[in-house]
Amino acid sequence: MSLTIGLLLALSFVVSLLALAFLIWAINNNQLRIEQRHAYTIFTEGEAGQVDDPTAEREDDHHFDIERAGIDRVSRLPVLILVASGIGWLVLGSLFGLVASLKLHWPDWLDAQAALTFGRVRTLHLNMVIYGWASMTGIAVALWVTPRIFHTPLRLPRLPLIGAALWNMALLAGAIAIANGWTDGEEWLEIPWQVDIGLATAGVFFVVPIIVTAARREVHHIYVTGWYYLAGLCWFPVLFVIANIPYIHSGVQEATVNWWFAHNVLGLWLTPLGVGTAYYFIPKIIGKPIYSYSLSLLGFWGLALFYSQVGIHHLIGGPVPTWVVTLSIVHSMMMFIPVLAVAVNQHVLVARNLWALRESIPLRFVALGALLYTLASFQGSIEALRTVNSVTHFTHYTVGHAHLGAYGFLTLVLFGAVYYLVPRSTGRQWPWPAAMAAHFWLVVVGFLVYFAALTIGGVLQGLAMLDATRPFAESVRVTMPYLQARSVGGSLMALGHLLFAVHFVVAVLQRPAPHPGATVLSKPAVAA
Amino acid sequence: MNRILPLGVIALGILAFATLMLVIGPAIQIKSMAPTPGLANYSAQELRGREQYVAQGCVYCHSQQPRSADQAPDAERGWGRAAVASDYVYDRPHQLGTMRTGPDLFNVGTRLPSRDWHLTHLYQPRAIFAWSIMPGYPYLFERKSRAGPGDVVVSLPAEHRPAEGVIVAKPAALDLVAYLQGLDHTNPAPARAVRDDGYSERGEPR
Ligand code: HEC
Ligand code: HEM
Repeated sequence: MSLTIGLLLALSFVVSLLALAFLIWAINNNQLRIEQRHAYTIFTEGEAGQVDDPTAEREDDHHFDIERAGIDRVSRLPVLILVASGIGWLVLGSLFGLVASLKLHWPDWLDAQAALTFGRVRTLHLNMVIYGWASMTGIAVALWVTPRIFHTPLRLPRLPLIGAALWNMALLAGAIAIANGWTDGEEWLEIPWQVDIGLATAGVFFVVPIIVTAARREVHHIYVTGWYYLAGLCWFPVLFVIANIPYIHSGVQEATVNWWFAHNVLGLWLTPLGVGTAYYFIPKIIGKPIYSYSLSLLGFWGLALFYSQVGIHHLIGGPVPTWVVTLSIVHSMMMFIPVLAVAVNQHVLVARNLWALRESIPLRFVALGALLYTLASFQGSIEALRTVNSVTHFTHYTVGHAHLGAYGFLTLVLFGAVYYLVPRSTGRQWPWPAAMAAHFWLVVVGFLVYFAALTIGGVLQGLAMLDATRPFAESVRVTMPYLQARSVGGSLMALGHLLFAVHFVVAVLQRPAPHPGATVLSKPAVAA
Repeated sequence: MNRILPLGVIALGILAFATLMLVIGPAIQIKSMAPTPGLANYSAQELRGREQYVAQGCVYCHSQQPRSADQAPDAERGWGRAAVASDYVYDRPHQLGTMRTGPDLFNVGTRLPSRDWHLTHLYQPRAIFAWSIMPGYPYLFERKSRAGPGDVVVSLPAEHRPAEGVIVAKPAALDLVAYLQGLDHTNPAPARAVRDDGYSERGEPR
């Protein structure tokens, strides 16, 4: 037995190392033929070198970008409907998150109904923000960006409308099921599998148009954003279907499937959406390509190879085979490679153009999100070390980490993308520019409070629990001020989301644009 | 990176490989283990109680996987010996958990055997520990003007007692308590049982 396992383990490393060596060789020999000039794929003729921020334009700044006007018009309806749905779930999900947070220090509040007990409210929060907000908005951004990097309109643009309707209905059904205690009972997989069939079907309506659009593209090269989107759209359906097949898993074996899935939702679905989006908007807004285009290849394949095997670091010290745990810990460490590659590419560009952060609120959101991606990933790798994990596992520290990734990284990137794409889609400006800045500061300050509180509280809780001389009660008591602080931070975040939602509704319902049907593009070079 | 097909194929190939390592490999190993000697399957009532445990979401605050003495003082806290894979053969869905807002419950039946304690605690945890942040589950109970035959009355301190009448447990509460009382994994684990031994020195007992 241990021989076969050792062989499997060795095989994994050999294959991973071979693949990495192959990649380096391929990059060196131009096999994958990517060159720095490919990084210009996102610009049209003569466009590079100019700041492009629709939120900073005045009405009389317009000039027409015939190609993109045509492209954006085709994707407008599906994209706006998906963004609207995403924002709806964000508001609802934040509300449930806030209730869950408050319940941890007001345990007797709202305890009369089963639907409002902590275990269900928390679950509703997670499913709404992940499968509602993050996934739907992420798909919306992918549907909007993909045609732009391929310089061709979205194909089959009606299909995502059906997909959005189905996805919303399935998620609502899932939420009602969970509120009533009907759950599959595993974290991240609570929605009953019968309802999951609806979600999986809806997914087809998003994947097909994007793949068809990619196949009909007008440019030879697939820009890095496209790698992440296309791969994510291949991965997630497979993950989702395998993990939800009922009746075949049980016991600890089911737990390994559970965490293989749950971490891959982050690593192979939400992360590609967020990183791909940042790879488009940062250079597009600044008007300059990313730092080193060939490095992005290492970042992408490194993510695929290493991130896919980190899931069992959620079961360190648990009743699972030592070798799988070790495997996941090693791959968690390897994640430093792709993360550094992405970091160099994105942060160097931002750091050389800091002035642009002052001018562009969308860039501020996306660039900060990208920075927090690097931090969340470093934190995650370190959390996987056995000594660190003994303290932080089972504590609120993990929840802080989860929000650094899902919120600090992905959610901020998506905010920036929505601020950019709505004026381009509708041809109308955001009505209240000040609300964008207010939204930024509310969620950033709120999140800082949230994260700092859970990080400190979590470590104190973990240390108390590891000290046999201190009663368990102490591990609860030490966290109380931090749980309260989290509610304060969370309230600011929720307030920011509400403002964002109202602003979005007003923006979409505004009177028609002065040049109906035309998409505005920035005037040449904002005073830099 | 100018072609879609190789991109998709390699991406899915990598995922397949990860699935082999994280899902299929462990499955082959774990499913070959016999149940830990002495591990009993759940009774019908315990299974109903387990469904309550799942439906109420107790797992978001309670783990069911004591760690080894090499790593953490779980055993000293009375949470039991280090759990092994073969302790879970009857668990579906698994409830290993990743949070310890409350204590580990894998052996709570041996630590807290009293049905009445659990009923009071589930109805209002702060009737027992003022510092507790566990939610009460009053909807698993009902208030009656007086207990009928077969009713199980919950004993409560004065400040948590209703102004009139008594609190009796609904069947769901009784099932849940039966499940908790049955949580007992004190039977010794076989020497070669599967668990993460990454914290132990070679050959050390767990
Ligand atoms: C919000 C988090 C939370 C949830 C949800 C929760 N608990 Fe608890 N639980 C605690 C805390 C904190 C303690 C320690 C204080 C106490 O005993 O009340 C605890 C203690 C316990 C204990 C006593 C354990 C011991 O060793 O002293 C039992 C039994 C228990 N919970 C069962 C449950 C069950 C069953 C559910 C679901 C119906 C549940 N808990 C849901 C937080 C929670
Ligand atoms: C209004 C802001 C928010 C508040 C107050 C909030 C609060 C919470 C709370 C209380 C929990 C449960 C923690 C526990 O079980 O102890 C939680 C879990 C979680 N939330 Fe949020 N949340 C917010 C926004 C978000 C957003 C926008 C996202 C993602 C897009 C998100 C992602 C998650 C994830 C992934 C978890 C699971 C964490 C884990 O199990 O480790 N949250 N949140």
